[in-house]
Amino acid sequence: MPECSLRLSVIVKLTMSNGDLHLYLAIFGMAIATYSTRLAGYWLLQGRTIRGRYLAALEAVPPAILTAVIAPTVLMEGPASMLAGAATLVTALLRMPLLVTIAVGVASVAALRQIM
Amino acid sequence: MNKDLAQGLRDISPMMIAYAPIALLWGTIAAGQGLSPFQAWLMSAGVYSGAAQFVSMDLIETGMPVLLLVLTIATVSLRHVLMSASVSRHIASIPRARASLLLFWLTDEAWALIERRALERPISAAYFVGVAVPLWPTWFSFCALGAWLGNSLGDTSRFGLDFAFAAMFIAVLAGFWKGTRTALVLVASATVATLAKFYLPGAWYIILGGIAGMLIAIIGYREVDHVER
Repeated sequence: MPECSLRLSVIVKLTMSNGDLHLYLAIFGMAIATYSTRLAGYWLLQGRTIRGRYLAALEAVPPAILTAVIAPTVLMEGPASMLAGAATLVTALLRMPLLVTIAVGVASVAALRQIM
Repeated sequence: MNKDLAQGLRDISPMMIAYAPIALLWGTIAAGQGLSPFQAWLMSAGVYSGAAQFVSMDLIETGMPVLLLVLTIATVSLRHVLMSASVSRHIASIPRARASLLLFWLTDEAWALIERRALERPISAAYFVGVAVPLWPTWFSFCALGAWLGNSLGDTSRFGLDFAFAAMFIAVLAGFWKGTRTALVLVASATVATLAKFYLPGAWYIILGGIAGMLIAIIGYREVDHVER
C-alpha cells in the first residue's frame, strides 16, 4: 500500500504540485467568499420595505463606508495625502465633473509627493 | 448604444485608466509570490476585488492554511454586504436572477458611482452593466500582464494614480452631504475607521467605520425625518 500511495502522490505531483493545488483551492474559495458578500446584502433586503430607523441606518451606509475606506489613507499616510484630499474635497464641493475632481486629486498628490 | 449603458461607461472610464497601474502592481506582487500569469488572471477574474487580492498575497506569504485564508478574505469583503444591502434599494426593478448576476461585478468603484447616480435617478440594468462590467476585463488583463512582466516595473506610486480611488470616493462622498447629521456620521465613521486601521489587522476598519456611522444615524433618527419627504 505505501508503494501505491507513493505512486499516486508522484502522479499528483507530476500533474499539479501541492502548492498549486492549494492555490487553486484558495482562488476558488476566495471567489465564492467575495461573490457571497456581494449577494448577501441584496438577498437579505430584496423585496422588503425598510422604514424608520432601519432606513436611516441604510441611508447612512454610503457616506459611512465611503468615509471609512478613505479616512485612514487620507489622514494617516502623511501630509501629501491629507492636502491632496482637501484639494479634492474642495473641487468636489465646487460641483466639478467627476473626471476633473479625480484629476485634481491625482495631480496634486503626485506634485505634493515630489516636494514633501 | 443604449443611453444608460453609455452613461455608465462614461462614468467608469476614468477608473479604467487609473486601475491599470494598480492591477499591474498587483500582478508583479503575485509573480513575486510564485503565481503564473494564468493563475494571476484566474484570481483577478474570479475574485475580482483589489482589496481581497492584495491582502491574499500578504497571507500567502505567511503560509496561512487555505480555509483560514478564505475566512480572512471574507472579512476583508464584508463591506460588500453593506454595499449590496444599500444598492438593493435602487435595483428593485431589476429581476432577481439578473440582479444577482450583475452583483458579481459590484466593485467599490461601481458601487460608489451607482449610489451617486441613484441620488438623481433610478438605476437601470443597462446603467449597472455600463458602470460595473467594463472594469472587469481591464482589471484581469492588467493583473495578468503585471504577473507576466514580473518585477521589472518598479514603484508606480510616483504617478499618483494610487490616489485616484480615494479621490473618486471623496468626489462621490461630497454628493451625500445633508447637513450636520451627515457630519456626525462622517466623524464617527472616520474616527472609528482610522483607530481600527491603526490597532486591528486586516480590513476590519472599513466595516467597523461603516457600522459606527450607521449607529450614529440610528441614534440621531427622528420620526419626522422621513415624513418630511
